[in-house]
Amino acid sequence: MLPIEQFPVLVVAISLLSALTILLAGWINKKSCFFISLATITFQFILSIFILHHVLTVGTIHYWLGGWRPPWGIEYVVDALNAYVLIIILFLSLLAAIYSKRSVEHEIDEKKLVTFYTLFQLLVTGLAGVVVTGDLFNMYVLLEVCSLAAYALIAVAGGRALKASYNYLVMGAIGVCFYLLGIAFLYSVTGTLNMGDMRLLLPALYGNKGVQLAFVFMFIGLGIKAAFFPLHTWQPDAYTYAPSAITVIISTAMAKASIYALIRIIFSVFTVDFITLFAPIADIISWVAAIAMIFGSILAIAQFNLKRMLAYSSIANIGYIMLGVGLSTSTTLGLTPALMHILNHALMKGCLFMAACGFIYKADLRDIRDLVGLARRMPYTCFAFLLAALSMIGFPPSVGFVTKLYLIFAALDAGKYIFIAVIFFSTLLMIVYFWHVIEIMYIRVEEGGEKEISVTEVPRSMFIPGLVLAFLCFIVGIIWLIGTPMPLMDAINSGLGLGVVP
Amino acid sequence: MSTEKRIQERDVVIQTIAKLMIPFIQLYGLYVMVGTEGAGGGFQGGTVLAASFILLVVAFGVDKGRMKMPEGWNAVFKSLGLYLYAGVGGLLCIIFSLGKAEYLNYCAIPLAKIIGGPATRGFWVGNIVEVGIGVTVMAAFVSIFYDLVRKEEKKEAKE
Repeated sequence: MLPIEQFPVLVVAISLLSALTILLAGWINKKSCFFISLATITFQFILSIFILHHVLTVGTIHYWLGGWRPPWGIEYVVDALNAYVLIIILFLSLLAAIYSKRSVEHEIDEKKLVTFYTLFQLLVTGLAGVVVTGDLFNMYVLLEVCSLAAYALIAVAGGRALKASYNYLVMGAIGVCFYLLGIAFLYSVTGTLNMGDMRLLLPALYGNKGVQLAFVFMFIGLGIKAAFFPLHTWQPDAYTYAPSAITVIISTAMAKASIYALIRIIFSVFTVDFITLFAPIADIISWVAAIAMIFGSILAIAQFNLKRMLAYSSIANIGYIMLGVGLSTSTTLGLTPALMHILNHALMKGCLFMAACGFIYKADLRDIRDLVGLARRMPYTCFAFLLAALSMIGFPPSVGFVTKLYLIFAALDAGKYIFIAVIFFSTLLMIVYFWHVIEIMYIRVEEGGEKEISVTEVPRSMFIPGLVLAFLCFIVGIIWLIGTPMPLMDAINSGLGLGVVP
Repeated sequence: MSTEKRIQERDVVIQTIAKLMIPFIQLYGLYVMVGTEGAGGGFQGGTVLAASFILLVVAFGVDKGRMKMPEGWNAVFKSLGLYLYAGVGGLLCIIFSLGKAEYLNYCAIPLAKIIGGPATRGFWVGNIVEVGIGVTVMAAFVSIFYDLVRKEEKKEAKE
């Protein structure tokens, strides 16, 4: 039996080996690609559960690659935050992989199947790597691995996806360049690339203009990758035109990995002291996030394309997460609301995109107005969509409700009452656009007349992941309300020095 | 096709020079890759090997190039390089030490008991890891080159 300390590196290394094995196996049998990918991701997911258990019972895992000591060698560090995000990412990747089987056969040229799964596995490698690494430059490399895979995977769909992918490539390249510049600035003053070491060396240099500039660069760079409001311009097109399975994985797992990197840089490399004393950015983040919540929702109302509407809704939800980050320094709840919404949004948006892509799979229904009476034709998919949409609106006891409740607690605790009004207003806007879809699907059944399309339910491998996520939206909501994962949240907050108001 | 043939007939000089140069370029690539004791050189060696192949295609045309190295081999080489680097170089360390040593810790290989840890590290990096990197880099460059060639062929076919 391998010691669990080996698992963080196995999550990345086995995935990388599997990616190139798919390339070889594809030559012998094209059907085997999917199964190798699925088996690998399942294995990774099981490893990640062991990692979380080990982190909670024993403590942080420090893994020195090649046996080199940290400031010189690369170190993988897994603490409570990593382990939590790693499980979310691999779970969503697993469901996206199951979902991909039929949708890929339908959408993608058979010639491209082998390279598709190779890139898919490389994307998962990069995502897992970004999350487990404890080295700034290593994080840049793995961020590039998953970004490059994502650019290619979006472009696989052809047509307008090419332009979307090119936009994403340009924006993403600018983003990682900013991040790299930030690393260069930090390296020039500290001479280290290890996050833990950097955290110890930086406090004496917080007054340095180069360090402050590095913080701004890294924030902007990762903000672009995470599609944080004014930097989101690549996102709606990329989500709309990407192939179904890829929309699911980049809108959930990849967005969450970028947000994780942002949180790690803000609170772990730089500290709470830095952002309260030297770069008072918490208030700015909160206000920009508030604008994002309103702006994303308003633009979502204006959309006719269902996937595009969900993409704008994602911008609003990134706003929710960042509002949690912005408020975290001034409440005793710390990062809890933001961390909750990382999981919650992944569950809800994964389900919604699976349903939306299911409609496209069956009858090429991209426009919301074409969905008339669809609830009778595709009952399971529509039901999953309904549950996730209710959850998004904040129907108790769903996950959306829990996030909003905790964000309101955080805003009350911080004494910033204006954000409560913003949350309520944004919820009202969400009701407008989600109810519009639900009304067309469920209530206007008879009005369609000849426009009603006779389609049947999507294949089982496509609606079951969606239904699983839809039920999880409510089950996880109840688990949050019972408070079972709160020790995990407290462990994360105390690890980052949050949760205590100075 | 006809244009290609004409160009080839005209360029006797290039063909002769290429014939003379390619073996030396490849030898040099191999030397950069494994000839030095110590880390580094895998990427550069792979690039030089790929350059020798590209010279072959430039001089003799893409058809002969496909005969020498079919496109299917690229996938095999890419995977082979990664297996050497991450599999033989990395995972074996964990397997040999039954999970005690870290990933990429070459001291864990049984060879270390005979010639000592640092020497094993140098040997393993110089001869296996660098070859893995070099083979993957070469295959990647050649496949990029083939993709560009295919695009040109399509354009010509349209005209």
